[in-house]
Amino acid sequence: MITRTRLATGACALLAALAAGMAFPAGAVADETSATAPKVDLVLDVSGSMRARDIDGQSRMAAAKQAFNEVLDATPEEVQLGIRTLGADYPGDDRKTGCKDTAQLYPVGPLDRTEAKAAVATLAPTGWTPIGPALLKAADDLDGGEGSKRIVLISDGEDTCAPLDPCEVAREIAAKGIGLTIDTLGLVPNTKMRQQLSCIAEATGGTFTSVEHTEELADKVNQLVDRAADPVVTPVATTGADQCAKAPELKSGLYTDREEFGQQRWYRVKVPHGWELRASVSVSADRAVNPSYGVLLRAVTERGREIVRGEAAGNGRTDVISTGLRYPKAEQEGAEGELAPETVCLQVTHSFSAGSGVQASPGLPLELTVDVVEGPSESSDVAAFGLGRGWWLLGALVLAGFLAGLVWGWVSRWRIAVWRTN
Amino acid sequence: MRITRVLSAALLTLGLAAGPAAADSSPSPSASQDSGAPTEAGTSFRTATEIEQGQTATASASTGDYLYWSFPADAGQRPTVKATVKLPDTHATEAWQIDVYDGLRRRQSCQYGAQTRTAAADAASVELTCVLRTVRAWSEPWADDPLPGTYYLRLTAVDVPTSDLGLPVDAEVRVDSKDIGGAAAVDGALAAPLVPGAGVLSQGDEEESTKEALLASLEPSDGWSSGWWSDRWVWTAFGGVLAALAGIGGYALTRGSGRPSRVPPGA
Repeated sequence: MITRTRLATGACALLAALAAGMAFPAGAVADETSATAPKVDLVLDVSGSMRARDIDGQSRMAAAKQAFNEVLDATPEEVQLGIRTLGADYPGDDRKTGCKDTAQLYPVGPLDRTEAKAAVATLAPTGWTPIGPALLKAADDLDGGEGSKRIVLISDGEDTCAPLDPCEVAREIAAKGIGLTIDTLGLVPNTKMRQQLSCIAEATGGTFTSVEHTEELADKVNQLVDRAADPVVTPVATTGADQCAKAPELKSGLYTDREEFGQQRWYRVKVPHGWELRASVSVSADRAVNPSYGVLLRAVTERGREIVRGEAAGNGRTDVISTGLRYPKAEQEGAEGELAPETVCLQVTHSFSAGSGVQASPGLPLELTVDVVEGPSESSDVAAFGLGRGWWLLGALVLAGFLAGLVWGWVSRWRIAVWRTN
Repeated sequence: MRITRVLSAALLTLGLAAGPAAADSSPSPSASQDSGAPTEAGTSFRTATEIEQGQTATASASTGDYLYWSFPADAGQRPTVKATVKLPDTHATEAWQIDVYDGLRRRQSCQYGAQTRTAAADAASVELTCVLRTVRAWSEPWADDPLPGTYYLRLTAVDVPTSDLGLPVDAEVRVDSKDIGGAAAVDGALAAPLVPGAGVLSQGDEEESTKEALLASLEPSDGWSSGWWSDRWVWTAFGGVLAALAGIGGYALTRGSGRPSRVPPGA
């Protein structure tokens, strides 16, 4: 009896679902797009220092509000925008409470411009500058969905909530999710603030901008929101092994991984005969590293023989060091039947070294592209089809032709002479 | 494999009654078409803004940003990358640099041009140039010669004091290329140009190929060259004709003019 009821309920539910699906196909489509919709969380500093009147003669807060209104008007339809504040509510002196002061002003989702503007208008400069905690919360706001995610942090002072280093927080956030970028904007920044905000930005592949005029602020935030709306290929997370035998097998695609200082990462790719493996790897410097560095990508057979390698080295300021390799697997002549593809092991090592006091984990972000395409046609000569070119070629051909003509002429004269004597 | 491709290309060309000149698919830098030129730059290899050769792309950015563009280059071309950075009114001494990477993200050397330049504190702008090596249709896998495909261009300040970080700058880049022609025509050819993400398409992964976001989608203005035509055909054929003429000349020289006088009329 119970079973039958369940069945009936199930059937009813199924019917209802079908009916709903037929009745509201638009709803289903909307769901699908919202899963891949780009998400942006604007994190605005509302600390007491925002009262300073040094942006085009008005207060920093007024400039930020004006910029936000312009940004809210210009936000593309597909972008899900949210606003979070830090230091907006607690005016007191207790550091502990002050450093927890971050609130969601407008939730990340489809944008209602009027509501969002009304919410921004209520803000008044108040409390502390807890950048680290605000970033953590902002990352939670953006959680879920497959679209690109971006945090835009607008601040006018460095973090006042040590020892939690916002730069490390940013790195942790980047290590957790894929495709989360933090861009930072500093309002009339000083040196220490520039260092901190650019460190946060570089930890996630974002950008740091210093702002001294209202117009710049609106333009920059608009640019960043538009950037979030651009479709981007999202890499697939993978974890390389420390030796080839245990390595994950990769197909053509874009992958991401983390590699600590001094670690090696192994991956495996199957390359059929007559096909070509193309692999490239980039290791990003997402923290302070020493100025000399390099990366090595080796393609090795399962038995450990190196086939080909790509290497790169550099020094000075950089965001990434990258290299690549190509391995055409030759077609087997006269082989019978389908040959099993060759397994090629890819080994990635980098020679970044951490500056003093820099955390070693999580590892540096690594991006790997693997392409297996049809093999090239080998060259049998240096020149195209062995063809010649240039005046030397013409001279040689003319000389050879002339000599051949002479010889031919003499031979026929000699033959006539022989015939006449007989 | 190659010979069939060449034959089919040749047949197609004949069928279309198009002369070899039309089949010369090495694209020459087209006239500047600045309408619709990109006004943004990417910030990583993955998000690089695609530009065409001959386009002047602009971007507004902050000092310290890493700006990325990508452009297609085909066999026989020698690309020249030019970048101009307009610096803010007040700034310290900064060094700017352009780096060019190929489709496998291998750094490509510049033959000449000021790849890195230091802007003095009073400089209003800094200009950078990089002349790449000629792109070849084929090279050995162990070489890092430039091959047809996507090229990445990275522009950044490599030496910048903290006080200058984040200051607004305007960047302008342009890629033109010189057609080197038959002198650079080599034997062999890649089955697919070095375009990132080519493997995903060639393995017929339907789901991936319908995605709107691709790592690189731009081609040269008239497609990737098939690689069979070069002016070496003309040189070689012309050489053959000259050789034949010289042969006739040489033959005539040994026979004198007209019939030998001592040959009897009946012979």
